[in-house]
Amino acid sequence: MSTQERLRDDAKEAAELITSIADTVDRGSGNLKWRHFKGTILSVLGWASIIFGLGVLAILIIDVINRATGIFTGGQNWLTWDFFNNFDSRFAQRAGAKAAIVGTLYTISLTILFAFPLGVAAAIYLEEYANDNWFTRLVEINISNLAAVPSIIYGLLGLQVFARWLMLGRSIITGALTLALLVVPIIIVASRESIRAVPLSLRQASYALGATRWQTTWYVVLPQAIGGILTGSILAVSRAIGETAPLITIGALTFVPFLPRNLFDIFTVLPIQIFNWTSRPQDDFRALAAAGIVVLLAILLTINALAIYLRIRYQKRY
Amino acid sequence: MAVTDLQKQSSFLRNTREKLIQIALLLAATVSILTTIGIVFSLLSETIAFFSEVSIIEFLTETEWTPLFSIKKYGIWPLLSATLLTSAIALLVAVPLGLVAAIFLSEFASDNVRRTIKPLLEILAGIPTVVYGYFALTTVTPFLKNFIPTLSIFNSLSAGIVMGVMLIPYVASLSEDSLSAVPNSLREAAYGLGSTRFEVATRVVAPAAISGIVASIVLAFSRAVGETMIVAIAAGQNPRFTFDPTVPVMTMTSYIVQVSLGDTPYGSLSYYTLYAVGFTLFLFTFILNIFSYWMVRKFREVYD
Repeated sequence: MSTQERLRDDAKEAAELITSIADTVDRGSGNLKWRHFKGTILSVLGWASIIFGLGVLAILIIDVINRATGIFTGGQNWLTWDFFNNFDSRFAQRAGAKAAIVGTLYTISLTILFAFPLGVAAAIYLEEYANDNWFTRLVEINISNLAAVPSIIYGLLGLQVFARWLMLGRSIITGALTLALLVVPIIIVASRESIRAVPLSLRQASYALGATRWQTTWYVVLPQAIGGILTGSILAVSRAIGETAPLITIGALTFVPFLPRNLFDIFTVLPIQIFNWTSRPQDDFRALAAAGIVVLLAILLTINALAIYLRIRYQKRY
Repeated sequence: MAVTDLQKQSSFLRNTREKLIQIALLLAATVSILTTIGIVFSLLSETIAFFSEVSIIEFLTETEWTPLFSIKKYGIWPLLSATLLTSAIALLVAVPLGLVAAIFLSEFASDNVRRTIKPLLEILAGIPTVVYGYFALTTVTPFLKNFIPTLSIFNSLSAGIVMGVMLIPYVASLSEDSLSAVPNSLREAAYGLGSTRFEVATRVVAPAAISGIVASIVLAFSRAVGETMIVAIAAGQNPRFTFDPTVPVMTMTSYIVQVSLGDTPYGSLSYYTLYAVGFTLFLFTFILNIFSYWMVRKFREVYD
């Protein structure tokens, strides 16, 4: 297309846009007060939706704390030392979340061990090494699609590939591998964004001093990008901590009255323990579930606060 | 050895190391492709095993799902209808609230309000779903029973509503992003012609951002279809072909949870049903994801 034709097309498009805007304005004319009032209505509705969402969140948190501790309406406090130090039991008064808390700790540590290096390495490859070819595009589309696959599907994958084909069974290691695959796409996306934000001039300076590509990546790019990488990875980990469905699917047990002895042992995690207590009809177990939820939310809150702190600490402007 | 030999040797070592590192990084990027292949392959192989014992016509036309009973019937419709019902209720909550919040935040709120409210709303998406399930079962259902006395303890209404609240930030955040991306010159043109703020927002900015808005809704729908713990806890375990929101139902995801909790020996037909249902679920969300990806590409308005 010649420049002249392109200019003509642009002019035509602009004219159409102006006509359509003028049309909408024409239709809107009338009582000016009413026209402005509609904006006020939308603002009120906007605030109402936000307050509804945050209100539900507030009710949820207050309600769960109250059920767990009886702090507002009276009742038994379930969030005691026994809760952290006892194993699960058929009797609510003796039941605790020790196995679940330790299980979560083991599983998540292993998940980080698998997922963090893998995700960051993939991000480095895509940002610093990959050429713009079909393979790179395939990997990119694939990652954005993986991020939207339901978590329970990862559970079915883990059950088939890790538990059966690799014969790892219903073990901590199967759970951690499954969760790692689930969070790797999140880590890749966050790390890429952070690596991309490092200005090209820093890399060029490094190359000018004779550094290789890897030396530039390791000594120049990564130290600059680490804040964003850590923040994104921590948020990915907090997602893994709250996941229940994939671990149920790979066969993590709901009743485990002992600590895991090694990484190939059966296990349970906090969300599954909460699910188990919730599905029992007795009120006492529901209160135990609430206590578990308070612990889970407290862990997530701490982790997210850490992420926000890191984001501020490493914030850089070029 | 001469100095040049040493240099040659060290540059050889250096180049080898560089190559090895590049290969290792490439392998890490390939893992994501392997994951997808793993998902498709493991779902497909067991689904084929399932359809070698159950006809695909029965799967698609039968309206009863009773694989764990003595008279076994394998019709996907009860699970599919429950999934669509809970998702529809969730979208009825999330789409209007999320869209109004998005337009308000992008076009009406001050920068300070937007910067404070957006992360607060996103907390809703960070709460573990098992917590929402607990909340739906122990708080929302008893509350709704005040208005609907016939409501069962397990029902798709409260599961759907709570799921909708969870999805508000998905719709609001993504829509707000695409509304904010509309260039100011368009707003200024409309203001220049005498539009009010409301008219600018609803007739100029929102239509310009429509691809992002629709994509956010489709993604929320995909989340709702794949959501597991809320429906497994609060919507019940009764596979029935109904669109009545007050009775217990069973979604595809709840079925997978129910079978996983039992002791299902490998190679049994009920083991294969896990994967047949899982494959249906995967296809469903895959089509939705591709559709939203395509929506953004196809209908995106590009401004210089």
